This record gives sequence, structure tokens and C-alpha cells, in this order.
Amino acid sequence: MISVKNLCKQFGDFMAVDNLSFEVRPGDIVGFLGPNGAGKSTTMKMLTGFLAPTRGEIRIFDQDMSQSAKHIQRQLGYLPEGAPAYGDMTPLQFLDFIANVRGLRGQQKRQRLNDVVDMVEIRSMLDRPIENLSKGFKRRVGLAQAILHDPQILILDEPTDGLDPNQKHQVRELIQNLSKDKLVIISTHILEEVTAVCNRAMIIAGGRMLFDATPDDLQRRSRYYRAVSLHFTQMTDISGLAELPGVDDMEVEKNSGRVVLFPEHQQDLMPVVSAYIKDRGLQVDSLYQEQGRLDDVFRQMTAEVRE
Amino acid sequence: MVGTLFRREFASYFATPVAYVFILIFLMLSGVFSFFIGNFYERGQADLLPFFNFHPWLYLFLVPAMAMRSWSEERKSGTIELLMTLPVTIWQVMLGKFLAAWAVLGLALVLTFPLWVTVNYLGNPDNGIILAAYIGSWLMAGAFLAIGICMSALTKSQVVAFILAVVVCFLFVLSGSSIVLDSFKGWMSPMLLDTLASFSFLTHFESMAKGVLALNDVGYFLIAIGIWLYAGFLAVEQKKAE
Repeated sequence: MISVKNLCKQFGDFMAVDNLSFEVRPGDIVGFLGPNGAGKSTTMKMLTGFLAPTRGEIRIFDQDMSQSAKHIQRQLGYLPEGAPAYGDMTPLQFLDFIANVRGLRGQQKRQRLNDVVDMVEIRSMLDRPIENLSKGFKRRVGLAQAILHDPQILILDEPTDGLDPNQKHQVRELIQNLSKDKLVIISTHILEEVTAVCNRAMIIAGGRMLFDATPDDLQRRSRYYRAVSLHFTQMTDISGLAELPGVDDMEVEKNSGRVVLFPEHQQDLMPVVSAYIKDRGLQVDSLYQEQGRLDDVFRQMTAEVRE
Repeated sequence: MVGTLFRREFASYFATPVAYVFILIFLMLSGVFSFFIGNFYERGQADLLPFFNFHPWLYLFLVPAMAMRSWSEERKSGTIELLMTLPVTIWQVMLGKFLAAWAVLGLALVLTFPLWVTVNYLGNPDNGIILAAYIGSWLMAGAFLAIGICMSALTKSQVVAFILAVVVCFLFVLSGSSIVLDSFKGWMSPMLLDTLASFSFLTHFESMAKGVLALNDVGYFLIAIGIWLYAGFLAVEQKKAE
């Protein structure tokens, strides 16, 4: 378990992390969200023992980071921001070095290297210097390094940055397939990633915690949550839609002509709306219920901090 | 653990051709210096004194060039974050880096063996003296190296690290040279003058080059290595996150 209490980090007179407290339990896959400069990377650097906090306490598996960092780091896999690696080494040499530092030996080492190389699919690149690899491959070498010793805790700073959609999908699958009792913290600014991979979302901005719940809860915060979105085939009189019971507000998107109906108290509008359409014999070419727009929530939450 | 780090560093000196370039230039320059400037043949003596006498001046530029990337590169590329979150201590990394570079320096010295073969062919030198001088030269190279690594820990820029290291090394070499000592002789008390000279690499290397491995000279270089590596350790601890 990771337990963070009143964590602060100050650089000069800039407060990078301001009084963060949270706990992460086995099985949690935490999506760490926030605008650039929110303090995500700084928090991760402190969680991995790279930076010492200005104030506050980090305890991992009941050990204090300030006292037994080296012991904690044995059970921790970390992909730093930008996936740094030694450019003059090949992925194979690099991973072998990491394996040696992590104390893997003999048959066990060969087995793990083999497994991990397949998991991140870098077998074709094993003998090229890392500095000649593409951004995507570098990132995967960084990931391989982080999961090599099968750590209990995995901290990944923007693991899918610079990957193409296929590779992103692959990395997300990889994270989901990790065993269920691990603790995973992923920082990202891609919002869909959180709903796709994580079972918990934390939003920080200005170094402070703004939100900590499930991705569903995050969607529920959206004005668009359960909103009904529809598009008519022809010009139609839509004034009646706004008068339907349960409809709080109606908006028409300028360019597409798409109509969005916002519910009162997040109730289900679908039955009323579809009945209305059927009764009037209206021509609709698309009709669906929205899941909530995350970027909307995100912008709204983080905008408050900026001011 | 130090062994693993040592192997990585050592291999990296050969992967980035720093080691090859260093060894090649060291061999060429040491040859040029001892034959053309040191009058190796004309002296008519079967020893390697002209060869060893130029070592401080060779190391002055070559060793900082080798040490400059040790920590600077680590910080610039961000690998320091990776390294410091692995279960290794700064000291282990420091020792691995130092020993790997020192081993390359040792290798360069060993590869000057044709010179040793030459004097043995031409005459009957005291090989004990030559061995002592080799050990002395290697120890001095270690002290230069420790300064270079410490300077590299201070900055992200390899160029700045190189210049700083050359300047500091130059001070340590120069403080024992006759130019400096003569200019201070007029107004400095002899005791202060001796203290100043005793900090110099030259003073301590001079007797070693002649084959005298005195405990205080060996101790001086070992302590210098220790102190500069410790200073480097403090610098890494302070500045690793910048």
C-alpha cells in the first residue's frame, strides 16, 4: 500500500506540490491527470524516492521513504518522463544491465528478459543502439525496464506519449493484463486513457488534489453525462423537445446542427425522447445517449485553479 | 553491484569511442613527448624518465576530456532519474564510474609497453623503478580523474565540466612548478611555500617518477581521490534533480 500524507514540494518560492494526501491499495490502477506543470511528475519523482519532499510523508508497504528508499525501490518499477535510457547501449545490453542491478540471475534472468521483450514487442530492435530507435521503441524499452523484475508497484510517467494508436492500445492492454494485486500509477494527459485503463482517477492542478474517484464518477460530473444527442434528417421544429418532462436545457451545435438535450438530475431521457419522435413521426438519422465528456470536466476543474 | 555498474561504464567508454580516441592520442603524444622533446635517445640513459615527466601535462587535458561526460551526460539525458530510482546508492555509482574510467587509464598505460621493451632492449634499466613510476603515474591519473568527475557532477554541460576540470587540475599541477614557487619565494615564508608545494601533483609525482613509492606520496593521491569523489557525491546529491 502507498500512503501519502501532506506531501509538499517547493522549488524556490514555487509550490510544485501542495499538501497532497492519498492512499493507493493493491488492485488500484490510478490515472494521474492534470495540465502540464500541475505537479504530476514531481509527485512521481517523490513517490519513487528520486526527490525528497519538502514536507510530508510517503510510506510504501509500511516503510518510510525517507529512511528505507533503497529497500522500497526494489519492489518498484518506474518509467521516468521521456523514458530515458543509455543511448550507446542496445536494448538487450540495457535490459541486461537493469536485470543485473535488480538482482536477477541465471535462468530466471533469461526467462524474464525473454518474456518482457515479447510483452513490449521489441525483439526486432534488440541489437540496435537505443539512440537510433524511434520514439515509440524507446518508450517500449523504458516500459520493459520498468516491468522487468515484475514489481509490486508500477509508476509510469506518460507511458503512451509518442506512441501511435496501435502501440497505445498495446501498452494499455499490457497494463491491464498485469496481475490484479499490483499498484499502478499512470500519469497522462490523454483522458480516454483513464477510462480505458484505470479504475481510479486523480486530477491535480497547481499541485493540489482536485478530484479522486472512479473514472465513472468523473464522467458523471460532466454536463453531458446521460445527455441525449440527436440529429434530424430534415429541418424540423424542435421547440417541443425542450418542453419534454425531465429536460433541463437544450443546445444546438452550430456547425453540425446536432441537438443535445441535458437531463435534470441525470435522469434517463431516452424513453421520453424516443416516444416524442415516434409520436410526431420525425426523421432522425442518429440518436444516442452521451457518456459524459471528460475533456469538458477536466477543463472546468482545472480552470478554477488557474484563476 | 559496483561490478555491474563498472561493467556498464567500462563498456560505454568503448561503445562511444572515447576510450579508443583517448588511448590512441595518449600513446601518440606520450611517444612524441618522450622521443622529440624528452630526448629519449640523446640522453643515453636506459630509463623512462623523459616519458613519465610529461604525464602530468598529458593528463591535464586528456583526463578531464574523459571524465567530463560521467555525470553531465547522466543529468542531461535524464538517465540519472532512472539510475537513482534503482536500488543502487550514489556511492556505488560513483565508484563504478571512477573505477571504469581509471581502468581505461590503466589500459592506456599498459599499452605503452613497447617503450618499456625498447629500453630493455637498448640497455639494462631498473625495472623496479619503472614499475613504481607506472604505479605512480596511474595514481596521479586517478587524482586528475576524481577532479574531473567532481566537476562533471556540478554541471549538465560537458564543455563547462571540461573547462572547470582543466582549470582545477592546472592549479594542482602548477602549485608545485618552479614558476609559481619562484614568484612566491620573495615574500612567502618557507613553511607556507612548502605547504603550497605539497598540494601539487608535480611534487608528489616527481619522486614517484624516479621510482620512489613513498607512503606519503601514495597516501596523498589516494586521499585526493577520496576527497574529490566525496565532493562529487555531495554535488550529485544536491543537484541531481535540477
